[in-house]
Amino acid sequence: MSFRGFLIKVCHVTGLPVLEPFVRLAYGEDPKEQFRGIAKFILVPLLAVGLFLGAWSMAARVVVTDSMKLPGPGETWNAGTQLFAMHFEQRRADAEKQREKARSAIKLYAQAKATEKIAQKSEDPAKQKALQARASVLKRQALDAANYVPSSAPTFVDQIITSLKTVFFGFMVATLIAVPIGILCGMSPWFNAAFNPFIQVFKPVSPLAWLPLAGLVIVWWYSSLQSEPFFSKAFLISAITVSLCSLWPTLVNTTLGVASVDKDYLNVARVLNLSWSQRLFKIILPASLPLMFAGLRISLGVGWMVLIAADMLAQNPGLGKFVWDEFQNGSSLTYARIAFSVIVIGLIGLLLDRFMIFLRNLVSFGNPAAA
Amino acid sequence: MSIATLAQPVSRSSPLPEPPPPIMTMRGVSKGFGQGITRTEVLSNINLKIRPGEFLAVVGFSGSGKTTFTNLLAGLEMPDEGEVLFEGQPITGPGPERGLVFQNYSLLPWLTVRGNIALSVNRVFSHWPSRKRRDHVEKFINMVGLKHAAHRRPHELSGGMRQRTSLARTLAMKPKVLLLDEPLSALDALTRSVLQDEILRIWREEQQTCLMITNDVDEAIIVADRIVALNPGPRASLGPMFSVELARPRNRTELNHDEYFKGLRNAVTNYLVAVRQKDRDDQAARASQPRFELPELEPIVPSKPSVSVFSRSVSNSGQ
Ligand SMILES: Nc1ncnc2c1ncn2[C@@H]1O[C@H](COP(=O)(O)OP(=O)(O)OP(=O)(O)O)[C@@H](O)[C@H]1O
Ligand SMILES: [Mg+2]
Repeated sequence: MSFRGFLIKVCHVTGLPVLEPFVRLAYGEDPKEQFRGIAKFILVPLLAVGLFLGAWSMAARVVVTDSMKLPGPGETWNAGTQLFAMHFEQRRADAEKQREKARSAIKLYAQAKATEKIAQKSEDPAKQKALQARASVLKRQALDAANYVPSSAPTFVDQIITSLKTVFFGFMVATLIAVPIGILCGMSPWFNAAFNPFIQVFKPVSPLAWLPLAGLVIVWWYSSLQSEPFFSKAFLISAITVSLCSLWPTLVNTTLGVASVDKDYLNVARVLNLSWSQRLFKIILPASLPLMFAGLRISLGVGWMVLIAADMLAQNPGLGKFVWDEFQNGSSLTYARIAFSVIVIGLIGLLLDRFMIFLRNLVSFGNPAAA
Repeated sequence: MSIATLAQPVSRSSPLPEPPPPIMTMRGVSKGFGQGITRTEVLSNINLKIRPGEFLAVVGFSGSGKTTFTNLLAGLEMPDEGEVLFEGQPITGPGPERGLVFQNYSLLPWLTVRGNIALSVNRVFSHWPSRKRRDHVEKFINMVGLKHAAHRRPHELSGGMRQRTSLARTLAMKPKVLLLDEPLSALDALTRSVLQDEILRIWREEQQTCLMITNDVDEAIIVADRIVALNPGPRASLGPMFSVELARPRNRTELNHDEYFKGLRNAVTNYLVAVRQKDRDDQAARASQPRFELPELEPIVPSKPSVSVFSRSVSNSGQ
């Protein structure tokens, strides 16, 4: 395949048809046609965004109460840049503090060594003992300083990272549960009949209803643990709520994908006398991957949406808690920050979706339309 | 089937000696699909003996049950009545000794040409060392002339290349019987004749038994030792067997002027056309029949001439 063909294929598989006209233009294909493509994918969306911003600023001038005011695009942007500036300022301060601590750790350690040396030389046993005790205290202080972890409040960026971690953890748990069960349901109508009532009933349940139950189970589980658990309680509650909600699309789509494997492929397996596991791994799974990934994509979208609500309610650090805290604070910047968070949440959701489309296209054998 | 006299082509050579036991036998096989009111009977009372090493062609119209017929031989379907034997044993399911080339190729789209062929080789020859298996796969890729496309996936192949891949996948299993379900119908005439020659070459080299389904009488005559017609369904049965007494290799252009070839082609074609016409007539007759048949009552009349019976019945009704 030519390099040009390869680039165009990459555009399709990554779900970025935006870039295709540029590739074609770079290779000197009919410019008129390509400019139409550019207009469609870039100019028109830009125009629409511009119109939206205009409408938004107008609305910001109108929607005003005694104490509150809808922030305009400019305020939102400023609040956002400020949030990032605060994050970097915090990081810088933390790093500075850490460097300072490291320096003092070295100093303390040197002192401890010197004290030890003096203690060795000293003849008076009582003085020697006192000096050695002093040295070990200094050593411990040095160790503490060296292991210093800044304990400042999480910034906006920290909250984003926490949210991403939570959603991925929850999504992973859901995938590990949903895919095997979906495969079993797809392969055996009996199994499907047994599972179907649960799927039908639990699928439409809102995350807010799951949350207290998940919380109960986690609290019970933690109370029975002896050692210090690896995850914090709030994190697990949010993650499990995400799992419970993002389970269903994957489960349903996997079942459908496995159940609708082309009969001809199964006949190939029969003619070759493939064993059960070979049939599963060589025929059924590859054939159902595109539908399975379509399900995973919906699941991740649902998970991200649910996570914000779960964070708010479970008080788990994350974007949801950030929004909630801002709302409770009621500073002059509150609504601008919340508006900015809304946009960031949307953009991250978009990126996650693109990423899943990319994965799905990868397993659709270079034929995205077929999936 | 009660189709009347058909001019059998004159045999040029002396009749064969006693044939060896058949490699596959169908005895009184019937097959239908569905239940109750939606049931369709596809095949009915099929009897066939396939001789080892022969090339048998089955010709029939579309929808007459040819795929069902091959699936029965392959073991993908089980007969409702009768039995299918392979080397004297009733078959219980599909197996690699009966290689089936599917009508719609059925290549796995996520595997390359090489991957599709390797799948069957790795399965059937799992006891071979991996080096030998790899060489075997390459040999069959080369045999069907796909060396340059071995890394491509099915959606990047032309119809003919897909068909070759499908053929290579089945041939690489080294089946004793090769079942080809309309392998060439979807191809253009040029590719078709090239692939016919390749199939014939492989059949000769591997000394397999070959059964090929086709809807093209010329193709059947060019490749086959014997031709059998499948009558139109539903309840299709096998028609007469035509043996093709033409020396191999057969040359298409020369055959076009050969009287024997023309005679055989006419005989087969005429049979197929006649049997279809009869089928249509039967259907038309069935359709024009009243839905509720009157009970067949024989009027009890003393032996009198029919005219007087008629006049008497008229006079009776008039009374
Ligand atoms: N699995 C099935 N269930 C129900 N009916 C079937 C099934 N398979 C085949 N049939 C019916 O059996 C008849 C013969 O089908 P078959 O596919 O064997 O025909 P064919 O001769 O191979 O046709 P073609 O030349 O178009 O491939 C058709 O009327 C079809 O509807
Ligand atoms: Mg068919």
